[in-house]
Amino acid sequence: MSKRHVTTSVNGDSVEFLCSTEQTLLDVLRDELFLTGSKEGCGSGDCGACSVMLDGRLVCACLVLGVEANGREVETIEGMSDGEKLHPLQQKFLEHAALQCGICTPGILVAAKALLEKNPDPTETEVRYWLAGNLCRCTGYDKIVRAVLDAAAAMRGASAKPAAASSVQMQSA
Amino acid sequence: MDYQTPTNAEEAAALLSQDGAHALAGGTDLLVKLRAGAVTPRVVVDLKRVPRLRGIEHDAKGWRIGAATTCAEIGEHAALASAWPGVVEALQLIGSTQIQGRATLGGNLCNASPAADSVPALIAAGAKCEVAGTKGQREVPVEQIVTGPGRNALKPGEFILGFRLPEPPGRSGDAYLRLIPRTEMDIAVVGAGVSLTLDDQGVCTHARVALGAVAATPLLVEAAARALVGTRVDDDALEALAAAASAACKPIDDKRGTVAYRVKVAGVLAKRAARMAFERATG
Repeated sequence: MSKRHVTTSVNGDSVEFLCSTEQTLLDVLRDELFLTGSKEGCGSGDCGACSVMLDGRLVCACLVLGVEANGREVETIEGMSDGEKLHPLQQKFLEHAALQCGICTPGILVAAKALLEKNPDPTETEVRYWLAGNLCRCTGYDKIVRAVLDAAAAMRGASAKPAAASSVQMQSA
Repeated sequence: MDYQTPTNAEEAAALLSQDGAHALAGGTDLLVKLRAGAVTPRVVVDLKRVPRLRGIEHDAKGWRIGAATTCAEIGEHAALASAWPGVVEALQLIGSTQIQGRATLGGNLCNASPAADSVPALIAAGAKCEVAGTKGQREVPVEQIVTGPGRNALKPGEFILGFRLPEPPGRSGDAYLRLIPRTEMDIAVVGAGVSLTLDDQGVCTHARVALGAVAATPLLVEAAARALVGTRVDDDALEALAAAASAACKPIDDKRGTVAYRVKVAGVLAKRAARMAFERATG
């Protein structure tokens, strides 16, 4: 079967690629577009290491055909930082040492970002349930959950009005 | 493998009537089977670009859910969740956040797992499928779709366009409960869906009870529903419902549960789901 020509948007950039119909979106991201941040863990939608956003929805790239991306919008871990400036979630994962081997980390960051866009002030339980499809065999999850909660707090602080922010500082001083 | 994206139902039916055609909705089951080599379609027909398969509508006849609407979209629909909380809660139990973003109601039904969470809830709710094919459309009750593990009643070229749920009458409620040995990310050992309607005196006038994971197909248990109708859903009625639910089970022994355990739990869950549906009907 000849390859298909697919036009899509990845991290805001218009992208064209050729792929076979058997290739998953994860195969395409890694092997055709060389965006290797998304990882393959299980290949069956159980581990979440390949989490990406497809038209604003969190999905496992291993459960999407590459050809399905035609005309749609894909966001991956590669689009998360602003150049060299880390996203608050990335920064907090470093501060909390919320990773060890790092295989699950890109997927967890993408999933956590999706959560905070939907719910800027999640409870610990909400974070744990939202991330139930992201397996981590190193950390035991506690540091990940704490990093997400801390990032959420930092992002709420940063988006609060300057007056409110300064009153918080005065109270704590 | 060919890949096609029809944009209307006629085109989709024509493509699906070819030899070796396989429908693709959310892909959360199909892509796993493709990878495992369990299916080797000649052509995959992606139904998501058929507009009638997407979205949730409310009209004088009740609710319509496009068959390729994702669980995430349905879960965010507050008015539907208020009308049919059991159905919406059931489909939100399917998989992770990532799976919810892709998995569809039509896919959960047509994949024909005996343990599919949305199916007993849909059966209990009296949901009907709009089945489209090359010869037009027919309406089929959800309980008639699954014919065995991995098998469904759709003919070549047929697919589910959408689901119809009635507008629940006043003093109605529904609920779905499943047992898994953890809190998330597992397949039902037993699932039980109940919907019921009460009259002004609090007497049950209509009920439907359905079970999952206790037979080769999801079961509509009419004897369990009869145990509720004409009662005030009191303890005696609930015990009779539980006994009828357990009696209807024809489960298998597997790693998730033994026959005896599933039979017992089916009664317990049916009772709890009926109590929850009753509370919703009176609340």
